[in-house]
Amino acid sequence: MSVIIIGAGPAGCEAASQLARNGETVELIEKECETGGNLNNWYQLFPDRKNAKELSAFLRENIRHPNIHLHLGCEPVKIIRQSGQSYSVHLNDGTQLQGNALLLTTGFRTFNARRKEEYGYGIYENVITSVELENFFTNHHIQTSAGKTPQRIGLIQCVGSRDEKICNFHCSKLCCITAVKQAIELREMLPEAEIICFYMDMRMFGPGYEELYREAQEKYNIKFIRGRLSEASENREKQVIIKAEDTLIGKPIRMTLDLMVLMIGMEASEGSRHWAAQLGLYVAPNGFIQVKDPHFATNQTNIEGIFVAGCSSSPMNLTDTLTDARSAAMTIKEFLGKNDKNQAEIKIN
Amino acid sequence: MYYDPFVLPFTIALNLLLIYLVIKYARWIRSFSKEDKRIIRKNIFTLKTGKAIREVFLESLVHHKIYRTNPFLGYMHMCFGLGWFLLIVIGKIESLVYHTSLLNPPYFAIFFRFFHPAQETFPHSDTFAFLMDLILLMILSGLMLAWIKRLYSKALGLKRTTRHRPFDLLILTVLWLIFPLRFLAESFTSGTRGGGSFLTHNAGDFFNSFLPIETLAYPAWWAYSSALGLFFLLLPFSRYMHIPTEIVYIFLKNWGIKQGRKFTTFSQFQLYSCSRCGICIDQCQLGTSLGMKDTQPVYFLKKLRHHKEHATLTDNCLICGRCEAACPVDLELNALRISQRTDYTRITKSAYDYIPEKSGVQAKVAYFAGCMGHLTPGVIRSMQTIFTKANINYTFIDENGSVCCGRPILLSGNQNAASVIIGKNKTILKNSGAELLVTSCPICYKTFKEDYHLPIQVMHHTEYLRLLLQQGRLQLHPGELKTVFHNPCELGRGSNVCTAPEEVLKAVSHKLNTAYDGKKSLCCGGSLANHHITALQRTRLSQDTVNAYLTYKPDILVTACPLCKKTFAKTEIPVPVQDIAEVVAESLG
Repeated sequence: MSVIIIGAGPAGCEAASQLARNGETVELIEKECETGGNLNNWYQLFPDRKNAKELSAFLRENIRHPNIHLHLGCEPVKIIRQSGQSYSVHLNDGTQLQGNALLLTTGFRTFNARRKEEYGYGIYENVITSVELENFFTNHHIQTSAGKTPQRIGLIQCVGSRDEKICNFHCSKLCCITAVKQAIELREMLPEAEIICFYMDMRMFGPGYEELYREAQEKYNIKFIRGRLSEASENREKQVIIKAEDTLIGKPIRMTLDLMVLMIGMEASEGSRHWAAQLGLYVAPNGFIQVKDPHFATNQTNIEGIFVAGCSSSPMNLTDTLTDARSAAMTIKEFLGKNDKNQAEIKIN
Repeated sequence: MYYDPFVLPFTIALNLLLIYLVIKYARWIRSFSKEDKRIIRKNIFTLKTGKAIREVFLESLVHHKIYRTNPFLGYMHMCFGLGWFLLIVIGKIESLVYHTSLLNPPYFAIFFRFFHPAQETFPHSDTFAFLMDLILLMILSGLMLAWIKRLYSKALGLKRTTRHRPFDLLILTVLWLIFPLRFLAESFTSGTRGGGSFLTHNAGDFFNSFLPIETLAYPAWWAYSSALGLFFLLLPFSRYMHIPTEIVYIFLKNWGIKQGRKFTTFSQFQLYSCSRCGICIDQCQLGTSLGMKDTQPVYFLKKLRHHKEHATLTDNCLICGRCEAACPVDLELNALRISQRTDYTRITKSAYDYIPEKSGVQAKVAYFAGCMGHLTPGVIRSMQTIFTKANINYTFIDENGSVCCGRPILLSGNQNAASVIIGKNKTILKNSGAELLVTSCPICYKTFKEDYHLPIQVMHHTEYLRLLLQQGRLQLHPGELKTVFHNPCELGRGSNVCTAPEEVLKAVSHKLNTAYDGKKSLCCGGSLANHHITALQRTRLSQDTVNAYLTYKPDILVTACPLCKKTFAKTEIPVPVQDIAEVVAESLG
């Protein structure tokens, strides 16, 4: 019995390794030239500030298994559901793969901040995204477009999340804690700078998150202002002038920032959207693939034999993604076992 | 004296109808405001009356505007309008030639075939008989089309046709009966006594071959007269009130009466002028994109006229004006909808005291980006580049904090709040000393132009860009990119600005012609005016609009409104959306 997994990000890798260790053959397809997906864009992980490379290496090590056939730099061009429980996947390099189950670990894409034009991303020089900030951290160097050290930095929450104006109603879950983590990292690099975080709600849902949030305020002197940014403009010095409201005191704010970081949210990836449409999977209104049941069938889809794990079904942090991948591996294992038994019975009859 | 009791149903009903109409219209006009009455007195003896007469002929009779929707539909309406009119006029002339007295009773012309002994000829009697048959044939052909329309409206260019009340269906049946009954009555009479022409004469002979037409003729005249009488009696309570009312409306409109913010007796004229032809139905994107089948003007006006609950319908409208542009009766559908929106707020002058009175920089040209403009900094930046490159002495009056132009609260019906805001902006403008106001947002543009009564000229940036191009102040490097232009509702239909953006866009790109150019443009779905649809429904509407434009395969989708631009960018779409100012700024040397 073999399983085809599309996407070798954290979810794909973890599910592959679990299935392989339990005796299944896995065809793992990744369109990039390396595994890891969006994890590769990150420097440190919350809440323990683990280096992202460490986790990446750990996952890569786990999929070095004789049962796992890794197809790097390959994309499926066609997926055919054959009679019985079998899928045939044609790759763009001409390979044809056969599997008894299909697991979509197609992940997420980050929100295109240009769509929120009022924040000026792509128009103003000193507006960057949280992903670009991670890149700064990797290089251990932060500066404005003019090469100066920023004196005041604003982190803007919920860019592309919880915003009906750009049709993303969902919460991307991890931008809040990411902002806390990034604010602390910024403080460590720039002890003198003023660091302000604009939020709607701080959703500290994971273990250790609330503690980190408290620490950010008490120990690292990060300011948190409850209020959504309304618009931004740029002055002659290329600073960003923002307009917002402090909703806790009910007063409008105008402020000049040297650097503005947009905490961009998560959307269903092109891969998820494409294959959901091709395979006839139900899609939730937010664009992510709909699972069969939100409580006890979180890895199944409306089509038997097609499974999901990780951010293809909803925004998740890495902890949940890896847990979800292991859960998917177990669900698939169970499915293949049942299938095997059925076929054996058919043969006997 | 020509008389027979069968003319009574017709005569009595006609007189009752005329008395009813005169009283109703006189009462309505009497309750017009003093200002409106002054306008009527001022314009009644001017060329405007002549223009109105021409329009009555073209629209009430020929139904010229309906031909734009579909030639068959136009012909159908013309058959009833012009056909019936000619039947009356030619019939009257015929009766005058025969009787040579002006004072013959109205029924004499209508039932001429009954009273006129066929053997007796008079000057041109054959020609008259021929003409009358021809006109009757024309009406009957229109009737055929009307039947086809009821059964299969697509044949006449309407995807959907109006759903009528049972009462209106009843009177529709009566109307449909009138002409076949006339045809039968005339045929039976000419079959018995001779007379008639190619249609009724031959039909008379034909019916004679198998029907006892001699005994049927008299009852047929009774039936014809009764059908006419019944139609006249039912008319005041039916949609056919549009026949007389539209004529009065056309005169009032031409004299310069306008639908204001309030619902007045002039609005009553508009309500009763709606023929419920249903042309607005296909125009409404709430119907085509969202399957809402009851909010179109035809149904809204119907509820309004019959005093039915219409709160939802009042709010569930994009005020995009597509229906208004297509309305053959030229009703002010947007204004009528807004007139029903009530002011729920209690805003006093002090409510906006927190807005500072600024004295800005003085310059010849004032630029106003507006609230939505500030949400599209790309547009502002492009306008600044253009101003600088064209060496214009300008002041950006809302650069550091803008006061809303007032349109959104006006659309929701809050007249008082709007007037306070309007005052604030007027002061800012006055302080700037500008002689020209340029706005980037068509919503602000329309408001500044129509509600502010400013002493200076107002231009939307598309008009201003055209002016700069005409003056040779901009050096352009025309691009080869294929563009499709989405004319914003408030600019094209709302403010009649269609050629300026097209000329500018043609100068900087390869503009593709589409079926949605000018006033036929679609609504982006971002309308501030609809308080009813959900965000997801809005998105579906805008996606449909984008897809309609994308069928032309442009490289860029161009618009001229920050709200349209933001609405199109709500979801990921395969081509970039740009404002016309951005396209121009990019092509500057």
